[in-house]
Amino acid sequence: MKLNQLTIKELHKKLKAKEISPFEVATDVLSHVDGVEEDIHAYVSLNNNLLDDSKNVTEIDNPLAGIPIAVKDNMCTKGVLTTCSSEILYNHLPVYDATVVNKLKRQNYVMVGKTNLDEFAMGSSTENSAFKITRNPWNLETVPGGSSGGSAAAVAADMCIAALGSDTGGSIRQPASLCGVVGMKPTYGLVSRYGLVAFASSLDQIGPITKDVTDCAISLQAIAGHDNKDSTSLGVNTPDYRQALSAEVKGLKIGLIEELMVEGIQKEVKELTDHGLNLLEKMGASVGPVSLPHLEYALSAYYIIAPAEASSNLARFDSVRYGLREEAEDMVDTYKKTRAKGFGDEVKRRIMLGTYALSAGYYDAYYGQAQKVRTLIIDDFKKAFEKYDVLVSPTSPTTAFKIGEKATDPLQMYLSDICTIPVNLAGLPAISIPCGVDDKGLPVGFQIIGKHLDESTVIKAAYALEQEIGFKEKPKLLKRD
Amino acid sequence: MITKKDVEHIALLSRLDLTEEEKDKLVNQLGQILEHAGKIASLDTSKVEPTSHAVETKNVLRKDVKGPSLSQEEALSNAPEIEEGSFVVPKIV
Repeated sequence: MKLNQLTIKELHKKLKAKEISPFEVATDVLSHVDGVEEDIHAYVSLNNNLLDDSKNVTEIDNPLAGIPIAVKDNMCTKGVLTTCSSEILYNHLPVYDATVVNKLKRQNYVMVGKTNLDEFAMGSSTENSAFKITRNPWNLETVPGGSSGGSAAAVAADMCIAALGSDTGGSIRQPASLCGVVGMKPTYGLVSRYGLVAFASSLDQIGPITKDVTDCAISLQAIAGHDNKDSTSLGVNTPDYRQALSAEVKGLKIGLIEELMVEGIQKEVKELTDHGLNLLEKMGASVGPVSLPHLEYALSAYYIIAPAEASSNLARFDSVRYGLREEAEDMVDTYKKTRAKGFGDEVKRRIMLGTYALSAGYYDAYYGQAQKVRTLIIDDFKKAFEKYDVLVSPTSPTTAFKIGEKATDPLQMYLSDICTIPVNLAGLPAISIPCGVDDKGLPVGFQIIGKHLDESTVIKAAYALEQEIGFKEKPKLLKRD
Repeated sequence: MITKKDVEHIALLSRLDLTEEEKDKLVNQLGQILEHAGKIASLDTSKVEPTSHAVETKNVLRKDVKGPSLSQEEALSNAPEIEEGSFVVPKIV
């Protein structure tokens, strides 16, 4: 077995015992990336110093020391190209590191490269990248999901050991689901957003994409915590998430969200969600249905709030301080020409949508109303959590869809985040773990949602279910080596 | 219903130069999306407070003291055009 196929925990043990060196791990990752990147297209750019970086890791005194990790290309890496998969940032070399990158550096991780995404994290298939379309390792004709599609595909295809993603409406969990890996969106404010290029600031959150729940806990531990550079960072002490890896769910109260199990859900996704729930019940958890009546309005509210925030955040791309510039006579024309050339269709669509929702005469009807619906959704979750410890649902209504299938119909594409979006609106933690494959052999994700800042219970339930399911399937692509 | 005139107005506010083809497409697509999003209008929210952040946030202020910051060279390093330590922009008025 090649070292790139192992988990963080397995590699750490071997590195610590000096059975292997960081250089050997990096070498296996790099040679595998060289072999399969032309099929997968997971990376916008690769770290050309990967091997040298790995040689510089001499002390294995941290869980991530010497571990090759990939970073989504919307997180700033000092002196390393950070594009957000957009033309407008085609040459952007950040002058500082995002806090999460800093934290990984302090653990002496080695960066494999920057992963592909839907431009500015807007999308659910990674087809909206200005540079390349990432392919799902399970079937190269299908999408890896998005927007963290490059990160999820890279983890699924063993092209890194773990990766960072960002999740505004499902952008960690949905690609993790479609690629058969584990992805977690932490509580809003648990992980610093400093250095994450903003899409929708009240919803964005960074989290890990990993091969299993254990690695998820290890990675979350590394990136969580207060940061005085992020004014929305929560001033809380983080517990030891690894203590939640106990598989003990006896007495845990689990609610199945009824509204997320109905129309449009693929048959096998529904069956495997029920199956996962049955397994948890067999292990001693008590399960029951729960209704969150306002979830049917979540997608509508999200597609007002997220574009509204995006239209404001993306105003910073003005061709003055960084990025592309298209020359024109005056300043306003320079803005218009630069932004017309630099932004792709989906980004333009969302800027337009958001600007409309915030414009005079429409603000109350759209943005104001959406913010109130957000309150109703938060209250629904609060009520559900009075009765249950965690809530579950499918992560995505379907398994991976064909490249191009939804590319021309924005509304259809938006619907693929229907199960994940409510969680962002409420700022809650949630994980997606693989729970089986459909009749086409494509993985299905199981979502577990926790109370505010209760990542530990989410991890505990996910770990228990993971042990019971024993998901061992791997993408066919990997069977070549 | 969203019209081509609306699209042109929003495009100006958004500082986006759109082609005729893009405008026509956006009339359709924004119309569809807003029709779906308009679903929320049917909810009675007269007694509901709006939420801007899922987690209660308040202003976070630090002491007004000088700390490390970017050098002028770093701050200018990604700019398309600079001159004598400044960003260069086309004429504004």
